[in-house]
Amino acid sequence: MTRQMTGADMVVQALKDQGVDVVFGYPGGAVLPIYDAIFQQNDIRHILVRHEQGAIHMAEGYARSTGKVGVALVTSGPGATNAVTGLTDALLDSIPLVVLTGQVPTFMIGTDAFQEADTVGITRPCTKHNWLVKETDKLSETIHQAFHVARSGRPGPVLIDIPKDVQFATGEYCAPVKAKVSHYQPRVKGDIDAITALVEMMETAERPVFYTGGGVINSGVAASQLLREFVEATGFPITSTLMGLGAYPASGKAWLGMLGMHGLYEANLAMYGCDLMINIGARFDDRITGRIADFSPNSRKVHVDIDPSSINKVIRVDVGIVGDVGHVLEDALRIWKARGRKVNKAGLAKWWAQIAEWRAVKCLSYKNSSSVIKPQYALERLEVLTKGMDRYITTEVGQHQMWAAQYLGFEAPNRWMTSGGLGTMGYGLPASIGVQVAHPDSLVINVAGEASWLMNMQEMGTAMQFRAPVKQFILNNERLGMVRQWQELLHGERYSQSWSESLPDFVKLAEAFGCKGIQVSDPKDLDDAIMEMIRYDGPFIFDCRVEKHENCFPMIPSGKPHNEMLLGDADTQGVIKAAGAVLV
Amino acid sequence: MSPLNITKGATSHSAYDLRDPNAPVIETHTLAVVVDNESGVLARVIGLFSGRGYNIESLTVAEVDHTAHQSRITVVTTGTPQVIEQIKAQLARMVPVHEVHDLTVEGPAVQRELALFKVAGKGDARIEALRLAEIFRANVVDSTLESFVFEMTGTPEKIDAFADLMRPLGLREIARTGVAALSRGA
Repeated sequence: MTRQMTGADMVVQALKDQGVDVVFGYPGGAVLPIYDAIFQQNDIRHILVRHEQGAIHMAEGYARSTGKVGVALVTSGPGATNAVTGLTDALLDSIPLVVLTGQVPTFMIGTDAFQEADTVGITRPCTKHNWLVKETDKLSETIHQAFHVARSGRPGPVLIDIPKDVQFATGEYCAPVKAKVSHYQPRVKGDIDAITALVEMMETAERPVFYTGGGVINSGVAASQLLREFVEATGFPITSTLMGLGAYPASGKAWLGMLGMHGLYEANLAMYGCDLMINIGARFDDRITGRIADFSPNSRKVHVDIDPSSINKVIRVDVGIVGDVGHVLEDALRIWKARGRKVNKAGLAKWWAQIAEWRAVKCLSYKNSSSVIKPQYALERLEVLTKGMDRYITTEVGQHQMWAAQYLGFEAPNRWMTSGGLGTMGYGLPASIGVQVAHPDSLVINVAGEASWLMNMQEMGTAMQFRAPVKQFILNNERLGMVRQWQELLHGERYSQSWSESLPDFVKLAEAFGCKGIQVSDPKDLDDAIMEMIRYDGPFIFDCRVEKHENCFPMIPSGKPHNEMLLGDADTQGVIKAAGAVLV
Repeated sequence: MSPLNITKGATSHSAYDLRDPNAPVIETHTLAVVVDNESGVLARVIGLFSGRGYNIESLTVAEVDHTAHQSRITVVTTGTPQVIEQIKAQLARMVPVHEVHDLTVEGPAVQRELALFKVAGKGDARIEALRLAEIFRANVVDSTLESFVFEMTGTPEKIDAFADLMRPLGLREIARTGVAALSRGA
């Protein structure tokens, strides 16, 4: 049986057949037929954003918090170009998205038509793959292929550019099961010999460490469960990248905290001093490695990654295992158990004693104040007052993001949404709305800085319209805090353009949007205000006035190895040399 | 007669020569990439090389299987062994890429390039150009009283050598196809 329908109807039908329940989007001339098809059905909910970048970040928040593919729909030209930042963000953080863009009719492509842009050309380097569909008969199959590519292997954003005449024309609908996807089938099972080599190393290692990343989250909840079982059974310490927080619970006794540039002292020194590094679903990002030449100099390294190009890209490893984290962990755990559950107990006891000494440094301690709110204190209170709640956290980018990663604890995967690879200021507010749409009854908090937050603040309108009660917890230091910190360390305290002048009154801004805002500057008022935010039934803007000149520590300065961390302001004088200053 | 000054792998014709001069061993590899012949696939491959700072010494592409809509891209690239491995892994993970072969390491391979040379001259130079063309087994595909167009197929080194010889004899233009390569044997 063949089904004839218009291209626009095909889009809606294909989305339904792919299990899509919500689309984030913004209409325009080149997608009007699709919006007409959306108007005439009730299965797919459409969230009208205020700017196309917001649509992509919302789809990212939706995808990251559910494990499903996020979907966005935007028009041609400026609609598509506004989506580019979000696409790049999703590519770097491996978030599965399907983005549909309208295009001018096929017969006008290349004529510099109104709202024409070479969308597939512009988005080729910032998508996992993209398609320009020129025939309606191929549209539905392409959409099914797009979902397959977005979620298979290393997930990522894909884009389908659909000319307006293709939307109007009639063609044959292809059901998902009939779509040809056989050619793109990334390997999920790891090589058993390599996994056995990993297990052998684990049996004798004196100073092992698990170094896990976003790949564990992307692999699914089962992978996090397997990781937890493996860590408990072996008693090995575990640290994680920013993207991997929550795969292993922050309350777990083997948890060292986050590693990297603003990671914990014990985590980074364990990476430096280990004799076996087991990288599971992380990619040796430059925020993690510091100076490559001095990265964990005395360890054997094993790298599990579903993307073969991640292995040996930055750090040469002794054993590379290409496969899905969940599958590889399952095999490794099975082989390790079958071989007698061996670990080097004496070595591990000494290793944990060493780690206990590093932990005793208490690298996250800070000098509190009774007169001003320290940002660390604000996050500690937020953690205490929301712990145990059904809570999701998103962030913007900067100091507040690092403090959130340090001071908030994540007990489960998919609860922490942040822009890691691209570092996109303006990510957090729309992402929080995407999370809230997927989890309408949960507490969703965007930990923000005032400068990042302003970048996409128009999306408060979206939150109001769709009754998404997102909590905007803004640590307002009237500074671009991380830029200011680097200028202090690297540029002779010349604070070029790194302060926020002419800020809005956030309480009045909240009122203008029709929601509630509060401003707090006295530490004594903090708890009550946080509780008021949590209890408020609707979007909330929390203007938390914090210490203006606080720096984020620990910090590995650019161009330094893990064992040369700065723990506080006293350590910072002249630490970054010219070679480090050119790094970001 | 100018001396033949050709060292294997010493010349670079890359449009994207971004190599670190202090990098360790630089190797030249010939890669064969089988791709879906879909719109934009060549831009995808070239974009990968330019976007990640890899070198392209030579690149050829044409459809080789009309029914399967597959094209073969032959790309000659240079880099450290680690970079070469990265290039192969990055190519292999692209959605329209079916196969990546490193002909430099997968056993012996034949490499050929076709080139056209326009040489203008009179008298002794013209006779000398024709004599050298015979030695190099180049064919004359166009001739006037003042010029020849020679066609030659061979390795890039042979084409470089012939070009060097023609230069003082009135070489006006060269057109080269880039390398096509296949592994030897069945």
